Amino acid sequence: MTEISHHIPEDILDTYRAGTLPHAFGVVVAAHLSLCDECRARQEAGDMIGGALLSRAEGAALRPDARDRIMAALDAPPPPPPIRGSGVFPAPVMAELGGRPPRWRMLGGGIRQQILSADREGSLRLLYIPPGKAVPEHGHRGLELTLVLQGSFSDSEGAFHRGDVETAHDAIDHQPVAGPGAPCICLAATDAPLRFNALVPRLLQPIFRI
Amino acid sequence: MKNELSDLARDLIAVRDARDRAAFGRLFDHFAPRLKAMLLRGGLRDGSAEDVVQDVMLAVWHKAAQFDPHRADAAAWIYGIARNRRIDMARRRPLAQPEEMPEIESLEPDAAQILALQQEAAQLGAALSRLAPEQADALRAAYFDDIPHSRISEMTGLPLGTIKSRIRLGLDRLRHELRKIAP
Repeated sequence: MTEISHHIPEDILDTYRAGTLPHAFGVVVAAHLSLCDECRARQEAGDMIGGALLSRAEGAALRPDARDRIMAALDAPPPPPPIRGSGVFPAPVMAELGGRPPRWRMLGGGIRQQILSADREGSLRLLYIPPGKAVPEHGHRGLELTLVLQGSFSDSEGAFHRGDVETAHDAIDHQPVAGPGAPCICLAATDAPLRFNALVPRLLQPIFRI
Repeated sequence: MKNELSDLARDLIAVRDARDRAAFGRLFDHFAPRLKAMLLRGGLRDGSAEDVVQDVMLAVWHKAAQFDPHRADAAAWIYGIARNRRIDMARRRPLAQPEEMPEIESLEPDAAQILALQQEAAQLGAALSRLAPEQADALRAAYFDDIPHSRISEMTGLPLGTIKSRIRLGLDRLRHELRKIAP
């Protein structure tokens, strides 16, 4: 595993921890945590504080039947195991895919995408970019997180490999180009529709959902 | 500093490896009232808090195979389960979770590392008790009352850095072992 050099910003990790991050970004954070021991250790260290506080808490009285209830429940069948990661897709991405491989839609120029979710709070998609191809130039309104799952891309912000996350805020215009070798597959979450400057006229965006 | 596993960690490992009901009962007696207190502080009514305690402790029983004493002490691990449960109650869709770390049966426990993590957890507990009241309140707010927080370790000077590197060692060790099995 190559060392991951672009991490989830701390404020976004904290929002994830607090449980208030919208779904699309939550999946990107969970996928990054699946690949990045650095950020995962930071999360688990947070649980150590919680655990220390829990140990020191004064208990509240339970109902008299609480212990019998739990002991009787132990024989119930366990819940189904969570969906596991497969290939380049970590478990939280496989869960979004419903446990199946991606069903790509062609966007032109060899670029493919699959939209995983889209609602008021944001959208989440997988992108597939052949080596050397540029992702169409676009700007942002709001926040975009892009996690590389396979291959690489680079732009004015640097080079991004598997596990790296690019965080783009308002008004960054960047032009990611997929690196040589394997096609670049990435997971991208936005809280606003992208403004594509070149490829697709703004009016068509609702149709292409990009 | 005690030079052995805490009773709670031993009980949790007995649940994990031997499905030991008596050990589980002891964990329930220790943690269930504390979990209920935490949930009540977080704003749940008595009846819901009681139900969530049942859910969380049942998850402890079913997920025990995931407990790795190289990366968490028993209280931190159980706290993490309770935290996720409470978050999902407040969300429209469950919060996406990272991949569970693989269970590797061939892996021998590294006693030195487990003990070091436990000592650091104890130091963390001691540091918590030395905090000024307003800092202790801020922490309880962040961890028990569901208020988003940031930069808590900078604010309080808690020794989280060593704990983080310790947990990272545990993760490294697992991944290293995994690569040997499935290169």
